[in-house]
Amino acid sequence: MRCVAAFGRFWWDFVVGDDWVVAVSVAAAIGLTAAIAAEDVAAWWLMPVAVALVLYSSLRRATR
Amino acid sequence: MSAAFLVASAFLASAVEFVEALTIVLAAGLARGWRSSLTGAGVAAVALAVIVSALGPALTVIPLSALRLVVGGLLLVFGLQWLRKAILRASGFKALHDEDEIFARELAEAETAARVERAGLDWYGFTLSFKGVLLEGLEVAFIVLTFGSTQGSIPLAAVGAAVALVLVAGVGIAVRAPLARVPENWMKFAVGAMLTTFGIFWSAEGAGADWPGSDAALLGVLVFVCALSAGLVRLLRRQRRLSLALAEA
Repeated sequence: MRCVAAFGRFWWDFVVGDDWVVAVSVAAAIGLTAAIAAEDVAAWWLMPVAVALVLYSSLRRATR
Repeated sequence: MSAAFLVASAFLASAVEFVEALTIVLAAGLARGWRSSLTGAGVAAVALAVIVSALGPALTVIPLSALRLVVGGLLLVFGLQWLRKAILRASGFKALHDEDEIFARELAEAETAARVERAGLDWYGFTLSFKGVLLEGLEVAFIVLTFGSTQGSIPLAAVGAAVALVLVAGVGIAVRAPLARVPENWMKFAVGAMLTTFGIFWSAEGAGADWPGSDAALLGVLVFVCALSAGLVRLLRRQRRLSLALAEA
């Protein structure tokens, strides 16, 4: 059990790192992009805008 | 264009990781003996080869749109981590990565650790080297497999990584010292920007969005990510100067 937990923790640290809000926000932005694209509306602009907001807010949290 | 972008990204990302692995292998070799250190590095390389050869073909059977969605999302989260650290370093909020300092620390720790022999090897030297190469190599494997599979060419991404390995190992053998002159912080910035660019592009495409200009939009996304990062570095530098001035007043 401890090995499984350690394995999970390794992959969490490896991919997500120390700001989990970034991962959740990226997942939400992808979901929103899929929802907009499903309505046949241009959705390519959403990910760059989301990344700008996510990166800015993550850096604000890190430097506060 | 995207093929050149793919090879360059895999090369840069791999070079950064190999420089870090080399520092650990050198420290283990000098402090605990080359036999244990090189055996550890070799066993880790075999383990990595097994992981890549098992996961590589498995990834190619997943439908491309699903692969781009999942891999794009993962790359984006992973890339934002790199970019965030690079911006914090460039703006002075985080210490710059210093291979000389890391090498000195690893060497000091390796010299003072107790000697335990297993299978005729110094166990500390073996595990230090093994862990270093495996962990840094896993990042390379992750990048090569994700970049390669979503672009439909794992071998092309592997070429970028192989060139980086030969270059870093060659220079490392020649100088037998950590590669402190490699502009690692700038390379990490570039890798963060590239990972984020590919992540944005593929995750949006995997979610069903169409990019204007198709693959050519990658360049536009890269320009956007670089401009955003430069703007954030400038903003944070100003913020840091202001807070330092306030602290002095």
